[in-house]
Amino acid sequence: MDFEVILSDALRSGLGPIAAIYALAAMGLNLHFGYTGLLNFGQVGFMLVGGYGLAITVSTWGASMWLGVLVGLASAIVLALLLGLPTLRLRADYLAITTIAAGETLRLFYRSSWAEPTTGGVFGLQRFAKDFYDLNPVPRGSYGVWLVEFSARDMWVLIVAWGLVVVVGILLALLVHSPWGRVIRSIRDDETAVRSLGKNAYAYKMTSLVLGGVLGGVAGMLQAIQVQSVSADSFDPAVTFFLYTLLVLGGAGRILGPVIGSILFWFVLTFLDSALRQAIDSGVISSDLISTSEIGAVRFALVGLALILLVAFRPQGILGSRKEMLLSGR
Amino acid sequence: MAVDPQRPSGGTPAPQPGVPAPEPGVGKPDPLLVLDQVTRTFGGLVAVQVDHLEVQRGTITALIGPNGAGKTTLFNVVSGFDRADGGEWSFDGQPLAGRPAHRIARYGLVRTFQLTRTIARLTVLENMLLGATAQRGERLLPALLPPLWRAQEREITDRADELLDRFRLTKLRDDHAGTLSGGQRKLLELARALMTRPVMLMLDEPMAGVNPALTQSLLGHITALRDEGLTVCFVEHDMDVVMGISDWVAVMAGGRLVAEGPPYTIGRNRAVVDAYLGKRHDEPEAMGEEA
Repeated sequence: MDFEVILSDALRSGLGPIAAIYALAAMGLNLHFGYTGLLNFGQVGFMLVGGYGLAITVSTWGASMWLGVLVGLASAIVLALLLGLPTLRLRADYLAITTIAAGETLRLFYRSSWAEPTTGGVFGLQRFAKDFYDLNPVPRGSYGVWLVEFSARDMWVLIVAWGLVVVVGILLALLVHSPWGRVIRSIRDDETAVRSLGKNAYAYKMTSLVLGGVLGGVAGMLQAIQVQSVSADSFDPAVTFFLYTLLVLGGAGRILGPVIGSILFWFVLTFLDSALRQAIDSGVISSDLISTSEIGAVRFALVGLALILLVAFRPQGILGSRKEMLLSGR
Repeated sequence: MAVDPQRPSGGTPAPQPGVPAPEPGVGKPDPLLVLDQVTRTFGGLVAVQVDHLEVQRGTITALIGPNGAGKTTLFNVVSGFDRADGGEWSFDGQPLAGRPAHRIARYGLVRTFQLTRTIARLTVLENMLLGATAQRGERLLPALLPPLWRAQEREITDRADELLDRFRLTKLRDDHAGTLSGGQRKLLELARALMTRPVMLMLDEPMAGVNPALTQSLLGHITALRDEGLTVCFVEHDMDVVMGISDWVAVMAGGRLVAEGPPYTIGRNRAVVDAYLGKRHDEPEAMGEEA
C-alpha cells in the first residue's frame, strides 16, 4: 500500500475545485437551513438551473458565456421565487416537500427527449466554457507543493472557486452579524414572534431563499465550467444530501461550517476510496470480500456510518455550539 | 415595586357607585381600538362574534371569560394572526381588517402571546434589539455596510439597556433567552414589545404560569405603563388581578361580548355570573331573561 498516493489523492480532492464548488452550494444551504431555518431539500435544483442556464445560452443559442452567467443567475432567482411564493407562507415542511419534488422534476424535465433540442437530453451539453479558460492567467505547466499538484487549467478553476468562497464568506459574515441577520436568525427560532414585532417575515424568508439559491446556481455554473459539460443525471437528489452531510459535519449556522465541512467531506471520501483501492490491489483486503467495482458503494456506507457517529456524539458539528443547539427546541 | 391588586387604579375618573352597568358595546370617549361585527368561525363553530367593542385610549382593559369564550381568537384576529370571516376594526382611525400582522404591529398595536415567544438562541439584549422598528440595518444592502447602521444600533442598545434595567433583567443581558425562567421570559417579552414604541399593548394572559411575587411586579409595570400614556388590553383569568388593575372589564362568553363595565360592576352582573357558573333554570329571573 502506498500511503503517499492515498494522502495525495485525498488532499487533491479536499482542496480541489469540487470541494470549493460544494462549499459554495452548501453556504447557500447554510443561509437557508442554518440561519433562516428553511428546509430546502432541492439545492441541487438551483445548481442544475445555474449550470444549464450557462450551457444552453452558449451551446444552444450561441451567445457569449458572460450572458450565460447572467442567464444562470436569473434562472436561480426565478426558481427561488417560484418555490417560495406558494410555500413560504405555509409551515416549514411544505417547502421541504416542494423543493425535493422540484429538484427531481427539473432533472427529469431537462433530460427528457422533448427538451433535447435545447438541453441535449440525456447527452447533456459540452464545451461551452472556452471564454472562461481563455482568460486563464496561469502559465502552462503544473503547480503544487508537497504531495498536491494541479494543472494550470485546474489552478484557474481553483483560484476562481476558492476566491468566490472567500468573497461569499465575507459577505455572509457581514449579513448574518447585521440587524438583517438578527431578523433571519429570529425567524429560525420563532417566526410568529418576529411578525408580532412588525417585521415582514415572509419577505425576509424570500430574500434568504433567493440569496442561497443564487449561491447554488453559482456552484452549478462552476461545476459545469470545471468539467466543460452538463448532464442532468449528475444533478441527482444525492447531491443535496451530500451538501446537508457536509453542512452538518462542519456545523450549520456557522460561516466556516460548510467550508470546513466540504474540505473534510471530500478528503475523507477520497481517502476511503483510494485506501480501499490500494488495499484490494495489494491484497490487504481480499478481493473476494470487496471487489474494485464495489468501492464506490462501500465508501458511502462508511461515510454514512461516520455521519451516524457524528450525529450521536457531536450533533452540532465541528464548529457548532452545543449549548445553542440544545436551546433550539425551547 | 409591588402594587396592591385591591387598590383602585387611577387612570379613569372613578365611576359613581350605584350607576347601573353599561350595555355591552357601549361607546366611550376617545376610543383607540374600535371593533364592529367581528366574526370568526371554525366550520360550524362560531368562535367570535363581537357586534361592537371600543377600547378607550390610556386605559387598562381586561378581557375575561370562561375557557373557550373566544378571547384569544379575538386577540389573534384583531392583531392579524388569524383571519376574520367578517367585520371591520380600526386602530386610531386606521382600518385593520385584512392587514398582515407585521403591518398592524407597525401601526403601534403590538401583542404578546399566552405561550411566551422569546427567541431562544438570541441573547436577552439581541431579543430587545430585534424589537426596535425602522432599523436601517434590517434592509439587505445597508446591512452589508455597518457604518450605515452602527450609530442607530448604539441608540437602540441604549434604549434596550434602559428597559432591561427597568425590568430588572440587566444581569441576564448577555445570556441566551432560552436559558431564562418562564417568568423572566414574560418580562423579556413585555420589555421587547416596548422596544417597538407601541401605542397599545395586547397581552394574552401575561400572568399565566408566573409566581405571585412576579405577578405583583408585572402588575406594577403594567399600571406604570398606563400612567405613561400607553393603552393596555389583556386577557386574564385571575379575578383578583382583574379587579385590582383594570379600569374597564369586558366579558366574553360563547364568542360574544356579554357584559362590560368598570370592575366593581362586573362581579354583580347577571350575565357574567351566568357565563361563569351556568344559568339556574329553576330561577324565574333567569327564565325571564332568556325569553
